[in-house]
Amino acid sequence: MSVILVFLLVIAGFAGWWLSHQRLTAKPWLEQGLAGDFVGFDRSALPTAKIGLGVFLAVVGCLFSLFTSAYFMRMGLPDWQPLPLPRLLWLNTGVLVLSSVALQCAVVAARKGQIDNVRLGLATAGFTTLAFLVGQLMAWRQLTGDGYLLASNPANSFFYLITGVHGLHILGGLVGLGRTSIGAWNGARPERLRLSIELCAMYWHFLLFVWLCIFALLAGWAATFIDICQRLLT
Amino acid sequence: MVDVTPADAVPPAEVGEVELYHPHSWWTKYVFSQDAKVIAVQYSATATAIGLVALVLSWLMRLQLGFPGTFDFITPEAYYQFITMHGMIMVIYLLTALFLGGFGNYLIPLMVGARDMVFPYVNMLSYWIYLLAVLVLVSSFFAPGGPTGAGWTLYPPQAIMSGTPGGQDWGIILMLSSLILFIVGFTMGGLNYVVTVLQGRTRGMTLMRLPLTVWGIFTATVMALLAFPALFVACVMMLLDRVLGTSFFMPAIVEMGAQLQHNGGSPILFQHLFWFFGHPEVYIVALPAFGIVSDLISTHARKNIFGYRMMVWAIIAIGALSFVVWAHHMYVSGMNPYFGFFFATTTLIIAVPTAIKVYNWVLTLWRGDIHLTIPMLFALAFIVTFVNGGLTGLFLGNVVVDVPLSDTMFVVAHFHMVMGVAPILVIFGAIYHWYPKVTGRMLDETLGKFHFWVTFLGAYLIFFPMHYLGLMGVPRRYAELTDMTIMTESAHHLNSFISIMAFVVGFAQMVFLFNLIWSIRHGREAGGNPWRATTLEWQTPQTPPAHGNFGKELPIVYRWAYDYSVPGAKEDFIPQNVPGDFAPSREPA
Repeated sequence: MSVILVFLLVIAGFAGWWLSHQRLTAKPWLEQGLAGDFVGFDRSALPTAKIGLGVFLAVVGCLFSLFTSAYFMRMGLPDWQPLPLPRLLWLNTGVLVLSSVALQCAVVAARKGQIDNVRLGLATAGFTTLAFLVGQLMAWRQLTGDGYLLASNPANSFFYLITGVHGLHILGGLVGLGRTSIGAWNGARPERLRLSIELCAMYWHFLLFVWLCIFALLAGWAATFIDICQRLLT
Repeated sequence: MVDVTPADAVPPAEVGEVELYHPHSWWTKYVFSQDAKVIAVQYSATATAIGLVALVLSWLMRLQLGFPGTFDFITPEAYYQFITMHGMIMVIYLLTALFLGGFGNYLIPLMVGARDMVFPYVNMLSYWIYLLAVLVLVSSFFAPGGPTGAGWTLYPPQAIMSGTPGGQDWGIILMLSSLILFIVGFTMGGLNYVVTVLQGRTRGMTLMRLPLTVWGIFTATVMALLAFPALFVACVMMLLDRVLGTSFFMPAIVEMGAQLQHNGGSPILFQHLFWFFGHPEVYIVALPAFGIVSDLISTHARKNIFGYRMMVWAIIAIGALSFVVWAHHMYVSGMNPYFGFFFATTTLIIAVPTAIKVYNWVLTLWRGDIHLTIPMLFALAFIVTFVNGGLTGLFLGNVVVDVPLSDTMFVVAHFHMVMGVAPILVIFGAIYHWYPKVTGRMLDETLGKFHFWVTFLGAYLIFFPMHYLGLMGVPRRYAELTDMTIMTESAHHLNSFISIMAFVVGFAQMVFLFNLIWSIRHGREAGGNPWRATTLEWQTPQTPPAHGNFGKELPIVYRWAYDYSVPGAKEDFIPQNVPGDFAPSREPA
């Protein structure tokens, strides 16, 4: 359970940092009047939707940390046989990076108000993301074709489970991206469009980060890394 | 102080003024409503309905325990199904849904001065997915093989084996699916509660001016958002074990002489995941109760809450600590003794902030102008019950005491006192307190007094004797206790007595339900602020609050939520949105 505890520690650190800026030592019974004398304690200047997405991503991060924790605990048992990762996953990783980059370009274009580049970025991101999902499915087929079935070994089970959950999150993101694209082609208000593109980009970057962690985990590098850390500590 | 009258104040940066959804038809107003107040009532009604099912299940269990052998239809399998569904419904579908979905939805926007939740559509979706989860749960009663009988902790391997009711039928599949749905729905709601507290607060409402109710619900929601994923992971993995034959949790096992296809899984892994959710869950239920009870006591004792800052810090500390104590539910799983020592230590440390809260409630009462209204009676009963249940928690937090007591009725008595009866008492108090705001009418006082005394004394008569049964060694989870040497004649008499009291207390709840329905039409008119309370929900222009909560302009907050009996003030309470300087109230700390 150490992975999830480390994750929660990060969350707690962030929460602590935020709380420390909220005057938790104030004596509210002595302070009447409009709280205008302490500006900045009402709410954040960030758009509410961004904060909402941030909280949601914390929950998603928690979910994947728990999968990782379970992975490490189950890995230590004797029947674990690691499976060879299909080379295709490297290509998929590249495609996912590309879609993240495309969305970032769309964000930049939206800030400059270049609607054509926004559309180009959104379309590229959409197609590369679909390509990533297709690539993941092909990787699954390749593995099942080679006899690495879901139930035959826990390493396989975790591979399908974790990549599957990640894919579902991408699929959910595509719904948001689709709605944003409809807005981009139908002439949504610029500031609204910019916000939704920024939200998409934030989500994509996060899921790319999660994917890189998962990739490291499934390839066994994460375990090696932790092993080295443990040896350094003991 | 800065004296700004509402008229010339800069209009606050409105939340959702543009985006506030206005219903166009009866359906979008009362059924598929995006108004947090309607969603709150929907959540509460659904939770109460499914809670009544759980109440009936507890009666059936008590029939079997109190009068063993009398009722043929309660087979051991049926008994396990009753136990499982009673526990699961009460903890998740009633308490969590009612505190966060019900009170959270109603009180957060009103108390922080917002027009609605920040994402009303997602909020509506949250309720409908919750309803779906409840329906899936209920459907398992009618599925072949009946609901699961794996115990509310659903421990594998037994949960998905043929010896357990529902293990190889539909029961466990429906249970796990329902939980997954519940978590998805809750996450949607939870995002709303957290972000509304962060971003929806009206002008002047700093964090340290929030009523403690909001602090409790806010912290509990943050915890729930981080803890429920653990249950989600456990449910998904168990579902795969059951349906697709993976071996996440299932070890190699021989069932009825046949080797199952599972191999090498770890049941302990499930326990870690489950309790990583399960322990914070206790505080997810307790923290809103702490917050609400603070407000009830302060309002009905006409006195500011003692040690407001300490109360806030204690809520945060409890929330953080509750994530590092989960394995105290697993002392008997054969863990490393050093782990046991660590978890016993963290468990006992939680007692410190909790005790601070109890002292502060008592000190708030000290020399207060105590009005023994029904909400106050329930709040007082909560303090007593919570202290009682908390003290037995100190017993069970120690490994050496827990190991012999773990499988006895003592544990049943402990957790019913501390997370069953205590939060339910707060829920009742809160309903008597806020019902006038929701409906515009008071609940009937006489029926309320009857309900309170029968519930409070009755619950004690049910659960207090259980401690003694547990100390005698009477085991929990057993459907049939007749032939055990432990079960002396007096223990049997005690069991029958407990069962009769369970029926009496259950009957009192029917009176309460009658009161709830009857008073909608026939209760005394309440007016806008019957308890003369300071918080914003009592200052709305209409009662019940209209769509958008606060009329044309949002209130502006000039003071904290506890200005009761301020020396020099005309009245014994000053609402949060009243400007003007008064001498500082008596210093609480």
